[in-house]
Amino acid sequence: MSLTTPDTYMADDPAGDFPLVQLLTPEGERVSHPDFAYEGDDDSIRDLYRDLFLMRRMDFEAQALQRHGELGLWAPSQGQEAAQIGSGRALRKQDFAFPTYREHGVALVRGVDPALLLGMFRGVELGGWDPAERGFALYSIIIGAQTLHATGYAMGLTLDDAVGHNDPDRDAAVIAYFGDGATSQGSVNEALDWAAVFNAPVVFFCQNNQYAISASTDRQSRGPIAQRASGFGFTGVRVDGNDVLACHAVTTQALQKARDGQGPSLIEAYTYRMGAHTTSDDPTRYREAAEVETWRLKDPIERVKRYLQVQGTPQQFFDDLEAEAEELGKHLRETCKSLPEPDLAALFDQVYVDGATPELLEQKNDYLRFRDSFERSDEPSGVVEAEGTSA
Amino acid sequence: MTKMPLSKGLNAGLRAAMEADDKVMIMGEDVGRLGGVFRVTDGLQKDFGESRVIDAPLSEQGILGTAVGLAMRGYRPVLEIQFDGFVYPAYDQIVNQVAKLHFRSQGKVKMPIVIRIPFGGGIGAVEHHSESPEAQFALTAGLKVVSCSNANDAYWMIQQAIASDDPIVFMEPKRRYWDQGEVDLDGEPYPLLKSRVLSEGSDATLIAYGPMVKTCLESAAAAADDGVSLEVIDLRTLSPLDLDPVYESVRKTGRAVVVHEAAQTLGLGAELAARITETCFYHLEAPVQRVTGYDLPYPPSRVEEEFLPGLDRVLDAVDRSLEY
Repeated sequence: MSLTTPDTYMADDPAGDFPLVQLLTPEGERVSHPDFAYEGDDDSIRDLYRDLFLMRRMDFEAQALQRHGELGLWAPSQGQEAAQIGSGRALRKQDFAFPTYREHGVALVRGVDPALLLGMFRGVELGGWDPAERGFALYSIIIGAQTLHATGYAMGLTLDDAVGHNDPDRDAAVIAYFGDGATSQGSVNEALDWAAVFNAPVVFFCQNNQYAISASTDRQSRGPIAQRASGFGFTGVRVDGNDVLACHAVTTQALQKARDGQGPSLIEAYTYRMGAHTTSDDPTRYREAAEVETWRLKDPIERVKRYLQVQGTPQQFFDDLEAEAEELGKHLRETCKSLPEPDLAALFDQVYVDGATPELLEQKNDYLRFRDSFERSDEPSGVVEAEGTSA
Repeated sequence: MTKMPLSKGLNAGLRAAMEADDKVMIMGEDVGRLGGVFRVTDGLQKDFGESRVIDAPLSEQGILGTAVGLAMRGYRPVLEIQFDGFVYPAYDQIVNQVAKLHFRSQGKVKMPIVIRIPFGGGIGAVEHHSESPEAQFALTAGLKVVSCSNANDAYWMIQQAIASDDPIVFMEPKRRYWDQGEVDLDGEPYPLLKSRVLSEGSDATLIAYGPMVKTCLESAAAAADDGVSLEVIDLRTLSPLDLDPVYESVRKTGRAVVVHEAAQTLGLGAELAARITETCFYHLEAPVQRVTGYDLPYPPSRVEEEFLPGLDRVLDAVDRSLEY
């Protein structure tokens, strides 16, 4: 017998066994759904379009910066704009998001300066922003780890009595982003269980972008990922991840449920990673160009543009947005090159809350003396003596 | 002799091991169709099929835990952990299960598992992709830990590791994957659990493994230009340690410098310094020197060359030893 994956049910047929929630078709037509509706007007859809458009431009600029050697690596997000913007815009200020390393669009709508996202990919930073300031945790590279963090943060909200008051300014929720690959990790399944057991106000938002580097989703799951929620005792929804209106509507409802004290939800946003896993990856080794093309027809941005054009949005809106995107690109290019270079000496003081331990201080001084031996003798060495040690 | 990069040496060694024993199987993330992110398993799934080269679900604990069961069933799993920092979710299975089952069962259960881990920095990577966790396995009773430094050892050591009935953590120097070397495909392999003098010298002994071996060989060449003669020893095996060649060398030179990328505190260098001091005390002309990564989380890659031991830091330590 061979070890091959049995037949899986992964189809994105809206009328299939586990239907996708869709509110805007790839052709740009609004459709209704019995359980979910997008409540905003066309102005708010234009706002969403702006976010989608800027997110894609940011991604393209970052890829260009990587090709020019300004970044060591980049994790492209093309194709996942609707999933990220739709869910990210459903968050309130007091909510908190736990991202993977690809949530560039969520970062954008949380108000993180997109230039700061470049720091870890440039190799000058391991983080780049203050999580508390924007309600947006640091990027997580270890697959799935952040889903447990999100659950714990949500447990903290419950302990702090920040849910269930029917108060839009007080009640808060958490969203945990992860991918289809992560659903194989123990940590993610533990997070689903903990969230269920403690009725934590957390929304698990899985962007099923079909690939974990080269492994397609049928290597991670035998059925729709959303289906797993029921096994843990809560609700799962499968949404067209390229439909920003549906992603927004579904996430809004799940977040509100969490804020109301009704516990966790799982959302599977069925989407597609149009680009490589990272700029180090070569997707032509594991998928056909034709497959990519079928998803190009379901582009998350084009469908909104079609809708807005049919609604009579003036060309000026699109022109202005293009100019804004140009400015964003310029900002990224300029800021990337001026991101402060790390100083190894300073990192010794960064390991512990109380600063460098005597051992670390000794190593820091060894490093500084060694570094200084290559520099002019009239430059200050910065060597400091440990308190209480004889030099 | 055939010239090939270190990664290709591993690939050829894996292929030879799979041809020699049909119980040998490979599991890991992206090892099949993609051939691994470093292409170490390139072409193996095509030739040996999806049942012997398995693209794992994205779960390191799953890779290790299922390997225990497969080994109990008579298979010889060769596991790829994609990057050093990704091994920790599997650490529980490695330390609590893989390392202990032979001991617990009084030898009735064997764990012929090879855990391949590309380790170390120097490739400009993001976080969790440049770590050196070898000491955390070397200190675990029940595991053997080896590290290759060149293409020929890569080819032979991986085969020897797979043939071992003990579990072996196989540390691969990822920044040396592309380094070309001569591989003696028909030769007699050097024993797996033996250290080896790679370059003879008389003034001091450099002791390294994995990626730092090349750094030490380059340091020895540079020192030779200044009339300083350095002996370079490639440890090859980190657990068990094979220190007779080290003792013999240190008795000759009177000076020892240990070099590794892993942090200084409680790293391999600490154990080596202790054992050299215990065994060669009256021959030592200077304390054993350590050139290591600093006791920091791995820093952002733009400063990794300052963080990692390099030729200048090695020679600086040699000077300290000579001047002592």
